Amino acid sequence: MGDSERLTDKDLLQMYRWLVLVRAFEDRVCDLWAKAKIMELPHGSQGQEAIAVGACYSLRREDQVMPSLRTRGAFFVKGIPTRVQMAGMYAKATGPAGGKATAHHMGDTARGVLVGSGIVGASITVAAGAALAFKLQRKDHVVVAFFGDGAAQRGDFHEGLNFAGVFKLPVIFVLENNGYAEMTPVAKHFAGADFACRAQGYGFPGVRMDGNDVFAVYDAVQTAVRRARAGEGPSLLECVTYRMRGHSENNPVTTCRDMGEVEAWRPKDPILRMRAALLKGGTLTEALAARVDAEVAAEIEDALAYAQESPSPEVSELTKDVYAPESRDLVVGRRS
Amino acid sequence: MRELTYREAIREALREELRRDPGVFLLGEDIAVYGGLFKVTDGLLAEFGPDRVLDTPLSESAIVGAAVGAAVMGLRPVAELMFADFTTVAMDALVNHAAKMNYMSGGESPVPMVVRMAYGAGPRWGSHHTQSVESWLTNVPGLTIVMPTTPSDAKGLLKASIRTSNPVIFLEHKLLYGKKGEVPEDEYLVPIGKADVKRAGDAVTIVATGLMVDRALGAARTLATEGIAAEVIDLRSIQPLDEDTILGSVEKTGRLVIVHETPVRGGFGGEIAAVVAGKALGYLDAPIQRVGAPWTPVPFGQILVDAYVPKEADIIQAVHATQGAPAA
Repeated sequence: MGDSERLTDKDLLQMYRWLVLVRAFEDRVCDLWAKAKIMELPHGSQGQEAIAVGACYSLRREDQVMPSLRTRGAFFVKGIPTRVQMAGMYAKATGPAGGKATAHHMGDTARGVLVGSGIVGASITVAAGAALAFKLQRKDHVVVAFFGDGAAQRGDFHEGLNFAGVFKLPVIFVLENNGYAEMTPVAKHFAGADFACRAQGYGFPGVRMDGNDVFAVYDAVQTAVRRARAGEGPSLLECVTYRMRGHSENNPVTTCRDMGEVEAWRPKDPILRMRAALLKGGTLTEALAARVDAEVAAEIEDALAYAQESPSPEVSELTKDVYAPESRDLVVGRRS
Repeated sequence: MRELTYREAIREALREELRRDPGVFLLGEDIAVYGGLFKVTDGLLAEFGPDRVLDTPLSESAIVGAAVGAAVMGLRPVAELMFADFTTVAMDALVNHAAKMNYMSGGESPVPMVVRMAYGAGPRWGSHHTQSVESWLTNVPGLTIVMPTTPSDAKGLLKASIRTSNPVIFLEHKLLYGKKGEVPEDEYLVPIGKADVKRAGDAVTIVATGLMVDRALGAARTLATEGIAAEVIDLRSIQPLDEDTILGSVEKTGRLVIVHETPVRGGFGGEIAAVVAGKALGYLDAPIQRVGAPWTPVPFGQILVDAYVPKEADIIQAVHATQGAPAA
């Protein structure tokens, strides 16, 4: 029996609500970008939401996730408020890092989100280091590192996975194979059959699954988490999905895709699939689904108002936080 | 006072900080069982065990990237990159992650880590094991760059580096590892960002780093026999840069020679010259002179290496160039 079969109705509705919220957020910011209302260029995760939500659901607060470009869902499930995320899209002082970092690289280690990277794939080694810290501190927390098929072609994929394998680190590598590295289809940047088999070369399991099935992702991650907490080392999970939007809103699919391909993926939408499954199982009703939609819409509107009303950062913030303040350790015992 | 080599002093700093703070750990290639290519970490595995002294795969990007991740989670990693030339491979982890994570997190994720590396032209190591890389890194806000010259500074600066809340590049000149010097037995730290006036003088200021400090001191002794009193400043760190000490000295001497092993063009000596020109031009009695490597890769054979690395004679010549008639 998969772990997902033990999820309660409350769990299932919560997961569904996350999926709907992520989609609504992404759609809204794309729309705002088109109207030139927001500061940050959206790199949408529409179509891939089941991966971040399925992977992060049931993680501990102390477990860390390393976001990819498209793990909006990880921010939500790990507890970064909708208001903060929206304020980030407006580069407001109430956003991540007080408006100094883009919302899609935001970090908040207290909630279990490591600072991401604009150099895709580079954060794989950093995630391995966070897992190394857990191991050295003898804590049984885990790190879940997200990255795409494009990032998997960088040298840091090899260095990071090998390093994690050698030290048996508690890290779960979640490869979001969404079919594209920016505009280049996977068949043009990858000669192999699948990514999961690469794990064999690093001495740990690799599993390929339907990344649009939130339960498949949840089950695979839970298995990998157990293995990691037990000190047995990393796992590589290849989640096959499809990015319904362009790399960013500057590169819409209409400019670089076969639209037949896009349409063929539409019925495989992870939210539609979960919704149908919950309706069929009786966990969800049409009325309940409508209420979730309304609640999510209200949450987005609230965040939007908050972001718009929030102040921009003071210019004096520019030079703050380049260096962290020094501790007292450096003062005591200082030689004159 | 007892004497230690530069290598022993660095090892003692590592040992003391490993004993003092359970969050400190070392990682790098061949640093544990073998004791480090330059034998700096020799014996530390036996004392602290494999959870504190880690041999890693040959993966500089992963070594520095993992150090960043561990630092963010509250540990204090000290990574060894073996040769400073390998920073090219780890540059992304250093520049985009170590240096920026505190800023990008609004101060929530400081990165207290040290990356030690051996730099400088040595005994015929060739173009890929000899470079002085500090100038590449001086244009990266967020990094601290420390370059000790003496055993006592190496120890006190490394201990301070391990205790800072920020990423530190700790550059060890490979020709200094065997150099002996007095090292206090009592615990001490050397503050990062404070230059050391190694020799007082009023005729010319010579600002130098690393091995070049020793060459500058040699040049100053020769110049003294000519009646030229050179003041020699060991910067000890180039980020932060101790502008006050440099400017104070130039205001006294009116003449400035900057010496580093990195190429003159694009070298951080240009920054020092600009600081002095911008803030103390009126005190200068002669054009600023820069002494550094020529615009070539570091060569292999000794004859060519000797021609590449600045020598005492080059420094003396630069000082002579500042000693003409004062500007009107």
